[in-house]
Amino acid sequence: MSAARGSNPVGAPETPKVLGGKLPRIDGPLKVTGRAVYTSDIALPGMLFAIPVRSTIARGRIVSIDANAARKLPGVKAVYHRGNIKAFFRTAPPKGFSGLIDEKRPPFEDDEVRYYGQYVAVAVAQTMEQAKAAADAVRVQYAAAAHNVGKQLGADKPMKVESERGDADKAFASAPVKVDQVYITPTEVHNPIELHATVASWEKGHVTLYETSQAILNHQDVLHQMLGVPVENVRVITHFLGSGFGGKLWPWTHSILAAGVAREVGAPVKLVVSRQSMFEAVGHRPRTQQHFRLGATPEGKLVSLSHEYLNQTSELDDYKEDCGEATPFMYSVPNLRVASALSRGNIGTPTAMRGPGAVPGLFAMESAMDELAIALKMDPIELRKRNEPTQDESNKLPFSSRHLLECMQVGAEKFGWAQRDPAVGAMKRDGLTIGWGVAACSWGAMRSDAQASVEITREGTAIVKTATQDVGTGTYTVLAIIVAEATGIAIDRVDVQLGDTRLPMGPISGGSWVTASVIPAVSNAARDAVKALLGMATSGPNPAFKGAKPEDLQLVDGRVKRKGEASSGVALGDVLARANVRSAIGHGKSATTMGGAESRKYSLHSYGAQFAEVTWHPQTARLRVSRFTSVIDAGRMLNPKPARNQIEGAVVMGIGMALLEESRYDQRYGAPINSNLADYMVSTNADAPPIDVTFLDYPDLVLNEMGARGVGEIGLAGTAAAITAAVYHATGVRVRELPVRIEDLLGA
Amino acid sequence: MERFQYTRARTIPEAIGIGAQATTAQQGAPVRFLAGGTTLVDLMKLNVEHPTRLVDINHLALNAIEHMPDGGLRIGALVRNAALAHDATVMKDYRVLSEALLSGASAQLRNVATTGGNLLQRTRCMYFRNTAMACNKREPGSGCSAIAGDNRSLAILGTSPQCIATNPSDMNVALAALDATVQVQGSKGERTIPFRDFHLLPGDTPHRETVLEPGDLVTHVTLAAPRAGATSRYLKLRDRASYEFALASAAVIVEVSGGRFGNVSIAMGGIGTKPWRMTAAEQALAGAPVDEATIVRAAKLALADAKPQSENGFKVELAQRCLAHALRLATGMAAS
Repeated sequence: MSAARGSNPVGAPETPKVLGGKLPRIDGPLKVTGRAVYTSDIALPGMLFAIPVRSTIARGRIVSIDANAARKLPGVKAVYHRGNIKAFFRTAPPKGFSGLIDEKRPPFEDDEVRYYGQYVAVAVAQTMEQAKAAADAVRVQYAAAAHNVGKQLGADKPMKVESERGDADKAFASAPVKVDQVYITPTEVHNPIELHATVASWEKGHVTLYETSQAILNHQDVLHQMLGVPVENVRVITHFLGSGFGGKLWPWTHSILAAGVAREVGAPVKLVVSRQSMFEAVGHRPRTQQHFRLGATPEGKLVSLSHEYLNQTSELDDYKEDCGEATPFMYSVPNLRVASALSRGNIGTPTAMRGPGAVPGLFAMESAMDELAIALKMDPIELRKRNEPTQDESNKLPFSSRHLLECMQVGAEKFGWAQRDPAVGAMKRDGLTIGWGVAACSWGAMRSDAQASVEITREGTAIVKTATQDVGTGTYTVLAIIVAEATGIAIDRVDVQLGDTRLPMGPISGGSWVTASVIPAVSNAARDAVKALLGMATSGPNPAFKGAKPEDLQLVDGRVKRKGEASSGVALGDVLARANVRSAIGHGKSATTMGGAESRKYSLHSYGAQFAEVTWHPQTARLRVSRFTSVIDAGRMLNPKPARNQIEGAVVMGIGMALLEESRYDQRYGAPINSNLADYMVSTNADAPPIDVTFLDYPDLVLNEMGARGVGEIGLAGTAAAITAAVYHATGVRVRELPVRIEDLLGA
Repeated sequence: MERFQYTRARTIPEAIGIGAQATTAQQGAPVRFLAGGTTLVDLMKLNVEHPTRLVDINHLALNAIEHMPDGGLRIGALVRNAALAHDATVMKDYRVLSEALLSGASAQLRNVATTGGNLLQRTRCMYFRNTAMACNKREPGSGCSAIAGDNRSLAILGTSPQCIATNPSDMNVALAALDATVQVQGSKGERTIPFRDFHLLPGDTPHRETVLEPGDLVTHVTLAAPRAGATSRYLKLRDRASYEFALASAAVIVEVSGGRFGNVSIAMGGIGTKPWRMTAAEQALAGAPVDEATIVRAAKLALADAKPQSENGFKVELAQRCLAHALRLATGMAAS
């Protein structure tokens, strides 16, 4: 991001020491002034526009496609379908983070329709409006077949055990206190404000894709396979993302179509996915149905935990929502069983959405724990204390850094939990009934492979390069911070380059692991560059510090100085100039923890405690979240300001999950029916209460030298469970199927 | 969206002349007047509306709020929702209207949406807005998808076997309670339509929503002088705190003296196929003591004829609570 250089868009940093400061995003000014170019802003000479034709049945066969009328409309270049476009290939099985795609069937592979909104043709025209008119004019005849978009999930195969110790069934049967409930989370849609989009441009067998991708290198790999061209002929660029929430991790069919159509018409093609298609063809968090059984002693010690769950997936793809991710290690329990299966329906293929698995899983588990606390007449925080494990009981590994109880304790103090009257409806304020709820949360702490280069230039700037993405979370800023920290070069003199497959291999923007992953690579690259520079400063034909050793020198505020000397030293650029070298370049790598040494020695997770207050106005059945406290144990915060923003945003999303969000399917048409942002409700600003965020800030040095983990997802985990616990406290109604609706509470 | 011809009208007669060439002023009208465009342009993009001619009326002199000699208010059809809601007289003397307007849409939409346009706001029924699905309002005779479909937000009053779509406007509910009149100019001259006669029930012709004929241009909405000593309030209940259509709303104008209700006007929204005036409840309240029992009884009476759909049985109870609480607010029995 070159604008970060020279013009100081940040203003002066608050402190010279950038780590742990409160830096605004360095790309913020570009975004608020409209100068940040997002994918759908890209305009290339001669560019055409593509609009897909969406199927209007959920299951059946295409009998015929009549595009004659569409082709005659003004500006229309072509209408493509299975009969007249070069076929696409499937991908080979993925390796690591390459070749990953959730909807594996390439567009137009056969004449079958398996979900409503599946692309069956695509119109290309000179303007977007002309392409839309043409797409609307294409007449498709279908032989419809019976579809299934039902809410009741059923396993397509016997449950598969994911984790087991002891005998959960036997221990449950004899447990003195029990909770035995089913919890349901509905289909949720990512709905980033930035629509998915692709601009594809071919030149001599090479294609450049401007993408909305959270994983450009994987996108490159998938497109090279599906288009049947060499990988080096595919370049993917994503400079800015208007968020993704996981929905933009893996390629979707529109991207392949855009590239294929651009190849056919011989001109650049832009395809922007419609908001309606965002509910149909780019993934969603699937519906889950989770059966939880907890058994405990009267003293509140867990003796049995059983978690059996189903998630909905599409007819062709085995997407698993890993609801049992946190279940085996969260609490100490001798008898445990986690098992799952899939349930198929005629829906688009699901995909990872912010905190996949753990978010719906922890809604169920933390709801069950709250119900157990009520059955025991015990404070829910006390119940967690009595079941705090000393190690990860699923694999007998020590925790790298776990402070869940401290999160609970700090949160309780900040929230004022001691003032709680546990009786339902007992707490009042300003004519309203107050409800309080608490839940624990967790998310994995991981690191993936990464490479980076850092270049120190004659202008005294640093350029850092890695092929990762900034989803809008602050990756540009974090990369600049790491380089500034390692080189002493001011943060506004660091030029961050990311979002291009030509750069050194960088991590996917998923799993909350970008920060943890880039730290070793970028720190090493920066130190490597400094080493090269200090080598030039001390040896060679005309060194700035003749006779000195590199270890006698240090970089301070963009200058090389002798350690312990008061002199102003020599500017970085002058060191390079004297050596007659253009720049000092360093390279660095990070190694993954997934399957790596650390994950065999430690249980690596972040933790947190969520406290919700709701207000309940019985006369009008009005329920609102009025206050929220979140205490997060996610390692050391490199830049607390955007980190706090991540937690606040996740809590707002969690309010939507608890009270509003549900993608509903019309049973007769098989279509997601509320497929717009008025009828699919998310939290508005007016629904967002004051949110108090605290980071415990314990470095997790197992993960990287700075002890940093990620915070993109954990803020959503546990939030809905804390809110439904608060709803119960206020109203006496326990809602186990999200979202909580007015009609659920009218009986209160 | 389909191709259309755009004309900017310089005079009211010019606009009416073009409009009069159309065969209908209802669903499917080939000529549409363009004011704020917040409903019309949206529906054109969805292919629900496909006029061949748009007559832009934004430059007509219909954007004033005038004080009438009888103490009433004459509101130009082009007065924006935001301007009307924040008008000093409206805030003071017609609080129910200001509150209704401010509870609707978003600040950005209210800056553009007009009084005349809001009067004609189309339903938010999801099947009406989706051309791949049957809808009698959009395509007469095609069937109603909502009756056996996703109808949680739809109507429980004034429905027919052909249509259960709600009138979504908040402003209309307040205007119904205020006994507003709608002034129309058409090719046969001017006429004044009482608000209760302006909107039609769906019956067997849900595509006909108002009494407007081709060439009819809404020019003003007129309010009578405020009733001395009356208190008015608008209460809107919905799932989230902002930017959502009402699940139930109530506009109430209440006179109280000596612990008893005097004249009471009540209209409700979010539950009817048109803005719904609650005459039985009004009569039950008039002269009755201002107490909880009276209010609850009136609220039950108001919904006595409700016919819930498959997914919105809760609206009967919610609407009763909404009306009861609006009355509590207007009478000072509750502060919030």
